[in-house]
Amino acid sequence: MGPNVDIGSFWQALKDAFVMELPIGEGFTAVVDFMQEHFELFFVAVANTISFVADNLTEFFNYLPPQLVFGVLAVLALWRVGWRFALFVLVGLYIVLGMDLWPESMDTLGLVIAATLAALGVGLPVGVAMAKSELLAAAVRPVLDFMQTLPAFVYLIPAVIFFGTGRVPGTIATVIFAMPPAVRLMNLGIRQVPTENVEAGRAFGCNQLQLLFKVELPLALPSIMAGINQTIMLALSMVVIASMIGAGGLGDPVLAGIQQLRLGTGFEGGLGVVILAIILDRLTQSFAQPNRQREGILTRLKRFFGRADAERTA
Amino acid sequence: MSTKLSVEHVYKVFGAHPRRALDRIKRGESKDEIFAATGMTVGVSDASFEVQEGEIFVVMGLSGSGKSTLVRMLNRLIDPTAGAIRIDGQDITRMTRKQLIELRRREISMVFQSFALMPHQSVLENTAFGLAVAGTSRSEREEKALAALDAVGLKANAHSYPDELSGGMKQRVGLARALAVNPGILLMDEAFSALDPLIRTEMQDELLRLQSEQARTVVFITHDLDEAMRVGDRIAIMQGGAVVQVGTPEEIVREPANEYVRSFFRGVDVSHVFTAADVARKDHVTVMERPGVSVRAALERLREHDGSAAVVHDRSRKYQGVVSIDSLIACIDGLGRREEGRIEQAFVADVTPVTADTPLTELMTQVAESPYPVPVVDGDGRYQGTISRATLLHTLNRTDKGAA
Repeated sequence: MGPNVDIGSFWQALKDAFVMELPIGEGFTAVVDFMQEHFELFFVAVANTISFVADNLTEFFNYLPPQLVFGVLAVLALWRVGWRFALFVLVGLYIVLGMDLWPESMDTLGLVIAATLAALGVGLPVGVAMAKSELLAAAVRPVLDFMQTLPAFVYLIPAVIFFGTGRVPGTIATVIFAMPPAVRLMNLGIRQVPTENVEAGRAFGCNQLQLLFKVELPLALPSIMAGINQTIMLALSMVVIASMIGAGGLGDPVLAGIQQLRLGTGFEGGLGVVILAIILDRLTQSFAQPNRQREGILTRLKRFFGRADAERTA
Repeated sequence: MSTKLSVEHVYKVFGAHPRRALDRIKRGESKDEIFAATGMTVGVSDASFEVQEGEIFVVMGLSGSGKSTLVRMLNRLIDPTAGAIRIDGQDITRMTRKQLIELRRREISMVFQSFALMPHQSVLENTAFGLAVAGTSRSEREEKALAALDAVGLKANAHSYPDELSGGMKQRVGLARALAVNPGILLMDEAFSALDPLIRTEMQDELLRLQSEQARTVVFITHDLDEAMRVGDRIAIMQGGAVVQVGTPEEIVREPANEYVRSFFRGVDVSHVFTAADVARKDHVTVMERPGVSVRAALERLREHDGSAAVVHDRSRKYQGVVSIDSLIACIDGLGRREEGRIEQAFVADVTPVTADTPLTELMTQVAESPYPVPVVDGDGRYQGTISRATLLHTLNRTDKGAA
């Protein structure tokens, strides 16, 4: 080595010699292109199924008169949570209606429910399988990590490539984004069932299916419900992002607010999302607790009106 | 009595290559050596015993002695590495999965330490669990479950939920659930260990009461010697995965197989283990075999043998009474010169015999207060021996030494 060693050029030489340019981006593009060419029928089938469910659900919710939605959600809130929450539901929905965002909210509700159903339909069985097989658990876990940490916007690109723009790619991107908690918490819930309960199931002669349905799933229920709750929440947040590819719903005013710097419009959309989120969250959380510890709906209604009567006469 | 369950040279090794560990065991390596060399744990090593129809067979050992593993092999919640387990002569280690499920539904049920009730089901549904799994119709299983709940005194709580019950009540449900399927064998894994002492005793009594109504074959796992002594007809003691002694509670207390077994008795009150028959001695007092013997002759004989009291029984060994030098002299003093006197007239008034199965605890006061040795009789009133203060103290002293 001479005295005039240039560290910079040495490093460059080292890099040229050992570090390859990895064409990961190109590779991914190639895979997507290949799939688009050869699995067209599959994508058409998926698109048709999803658009059928999502379109019908959103249309259904839009078709319902707001009064009915008010009534049903308020009664559900009263039954599952309490009169204070029922009151919140009524006020919240009134605000949504007052902001003139009712159709958007119903679109979002439909999309969230469609995406959640699809995510649970795939996610819950995968979670059960993970709990039963160490091998599968080891294989699925990194996939879940990938699904959860990849920036949400990245899902939108292949979704658009495969399905164009609109409700369908929005729903699909949402399904992928929202699925991991359902899988994870199902897996965790089953693994956390106390050993002696599982042993009791086996000792009394359960076969695999009986063990799953009579012991494991009921005892894992709180965890499963937490997973479903998380899935719904993630679906709601993704549906807003998915409005960038034309999914519609409450994301539209938010997007318009960003694009046109209309603070008011953006805030209204955001507030609508928050109200919807709180209603869905509290309602689904309430199902995580065993029903028997709660009062029946009639008792609650009676007590509610009984108290109202008492207050009126006082 | 016939053999209900027999365990023949059963081994269980936890680890990747159980066969290799088995070879090492056969070469005489210890559990610790095998663990150090291979990382595999020997759970149970060469366990053999037989359980008779209708007995409570206790498996006792400290934690880690393999007793929980052993009991789980009896219904194959854990598969044995080697050996045979026969129920009514049929080797369950060779059963197919289907046969095994059938066996668990009909023949063998289990009670767990942590109760293991299903929190989402009512007491009735929990009790009917085994029947529901076996596909019994709703009406039939509810009827049977109610009968089982009635047997453990919980019929009134049938529609409660487990989280509304106390620990003792939960375990009654656990017991009812196991009884509802009317099993040939009942496995109880530390069933009462999670309960506080008073409730535990109550549950032991409950088990003994149920057993007196219908004798089932019970395999009862415990780490508590008192419990083992109370409920067990026979006890197997496990140490480091091996069964080191099998016997009745009395046999084990009297002749512990090794230092480990002996160590269990440290601080244990053995007086309720021994019964009157265990400590009664026949060589300590003079015995009059001829009820017709005269008072004067009796006194003569007693003085000759240097005794202070004697037991009188008839030719068929039926106990008659106790005489002492004092009572004989008093009797003679009251007699006329020519009268022979019947020995019955000289019986000491305040001596009552105890039956052979009286626990030592219950006769201590009587022995301590009686000036004469207390006679022991069997169920038919036949003389079995006497217990003096000296023999009692000797027995207690000996077991204390055994425990030290």
